[in-house]
Amino acid sequence: MNKAEILIIDDEPQIRRLLEITLHSNNYVVNLAATAKDGLIMASNHPPDLILLDLGLPDKSGHDVLKSLRQWYTNPVIILSVQHDEEDIIAALDNGANDYLGKPFRTGELLARIRSALRTVATDEVDPVLRGNDLEIDLTTRTVKKNGELVKLTLTEYSLLALLVRNEGKVLTHQYLLRAIWGPGFINQSQYLRVFIAQLRKKIETDPNRPEYLLTESGVGYRFVIN
Amino acid sequence: MNKDLFQNKPGLRWQYFYSVLIVITVSLLCYGLSQYLGYRVIALILLLAVSIIAISFEIFPVLLAAALSAFIWDFFFIPPHFTFHVASTEDAILLIMYFIIAMVNAVLTYRIRKVEKLARLRQERAKAVKLYNTLLNSLSHELRTPIATIIGATDNLQEDNKNLTEENKKQLVAEIAKASVRLNQQVENLLNSSRIESGFLQPRKDWCDVEELIHAVIKRVEEDGVTQQIKIAIQSPLPLIKLDKGMLEQVLLNLLSNASRHTPQDAVIMVRSSCNHFLLISIEDNGKGFPEEEIPFVFNKFYRLKQTTISGTGLGLSIVKGFTEAMGGTVELQNKPEGGARFTVKLPAEKSTFKKGADE
Repeated sequence: MNKAEILIIDDEPQIRRLLEITLHSNNYVVNLAATAKDGLIMASNHPPDLILLDLGLPDKSGHDVLKSLRQWYTNPVIILSVQHDEEDIIAALDNGANDYLGKPFRTGELLARIRSALRTVATDEVDPVLRGNDLEIDLTTRTVKKNGELVKLTLTEYSLLALLVRNEGKVLTHQYLLRAIWGPGFINQSQYLRVFIAQLRKKIETDPNRPEYLLTESGVGYRFVIN
Repeated sequence: MNKDLFQNKPGLRWQYFYSVLIVITVSLLCYGLSQYLGYRVIALILLLAVSIIAISFEIFPVLLAAALSAFIWDFFFIPPHFTFHVASTEDAILLIMYFIIAMVNAVLTYRIRKVEKLARLRQERAKAVKLYNTLLNSLSHELRTPIATIIGATDNLQEDNKNLTEENKKQLVAEIAKASVRLNQQVENLLNSSRIESGFLQPRKDWCDVEELIHAVIKRVEEDGVTQQIKIAIQSPLPLIKLDKGMLEQVLLNLLSNASRHTPQDAVIMVRSSCNHFLLISIEDNGKGFPEEEIPFVFNKFYRLKQTTISGTGLGLSIVKGFTEAMGGTVELQNKPEGGARFTVKLPAEKSTFKKGADE
């Protein structure tokens, strides 16, 4: 497989140098831009496989960069920012970011998110059968097995789980999930979501209080991960 | 006087006084003109006076003016003159209406002002919250960026990735060092800032070789990776001066790092120092200079230039000012006519008669 190309748009020279070494030593090809203007030019001249975008750029807000990128750029964009406001995260995800990582971040976490974002591009369709340590989800036969035993799910529980599974590794916001499963009239009924996620966790997690598959992104949404 | 009356809002007692004064003055003027003006026109003139008073005074002085003007109109202008007696029914109705309109006028104007005041307060509060958020954002940016660098670099080093070359490892260690210095500077700025805020800033004066200090500070910023050329012009010999070395060091450090962060990489920074009755240290650059209209604000805590694209907290220069003033001195910023900025620190010089370099 060819080396994936990653474009970094960040105004902090220290972060750029760090990311360059980190990604380079993990077999990615890295391009760097320090301003929104340079970043947009570089992305359009030579579209990368993935973009790491900082929100606090000197010449333009990262949110605006994301919006103009999304008019034509379909590969993953991961936001890296020191602004951890839930509003910022939700706005970025709504504007088409695939993921959001707050600074400071752990290198392992960053690499995992990059891999997961690139994987969805590579396969385009998620593998219909996903296997974790003790969990198996088959999207074609609509069956979920925990420790080899069939798990009984209601229709809504299954729809919610399947949606999260199809977007494996990606945060889905509360609003997005509520709209997709219950409809546009329910986007403020976050208690529905909490109840159903809790039920799902009881059925598929070994310890529902310390979930390993259905992760909470505090104040933002949920993410399904499977190793 | 007029300005004082309407802009600065005199105290309540004065408001009563002015209300009465205005009503009496207007009445006297009208009385002088009563040959030419009908008494009904005079009612309108008096009403106008009360309305103007209502624009800026509290409610009770205005009500007093309204009542007083009604009595004056009745007594002096409505025939028969010099009695409170009113001859015609029409005039009686007019008098009652005058009184009511004046009162309603006073109350309504007062209410509108109260609503305006509330709206203004709310706006100010929203502004304060917004300012606080921007501060918090810039502060967290300044602290989290070096922390992110340190965590990221150590993660890389600990993982011991085979692809990491020796050169990469050296670079990562250098980044950690740089980030730690930056973090330390921010923490120092925050601590110094709260020291200034607390008001218990006592300079610890001791004899100081200013020339040596300047060289030491320049060496420090050069080690931190300043790309600009730094030139020095110091009057020789500079006497030993009694001052707080730590404070002066911080002042110079902040001015130099400010100059280096806000000028192009190939700019020239000039440090001059001389001593007569005062110790003068100036730091000049050949960058863009400051927008003239923002110069009065640059030393304010958390102030950042409107057009700036360089990150920062707006603490550095406020500490320069705080420390310089704590040492009994002043700091000034000017744009040089040939371009670039000049910061001048002026400190009282308590000189040593002991000559530096003399036989010891």
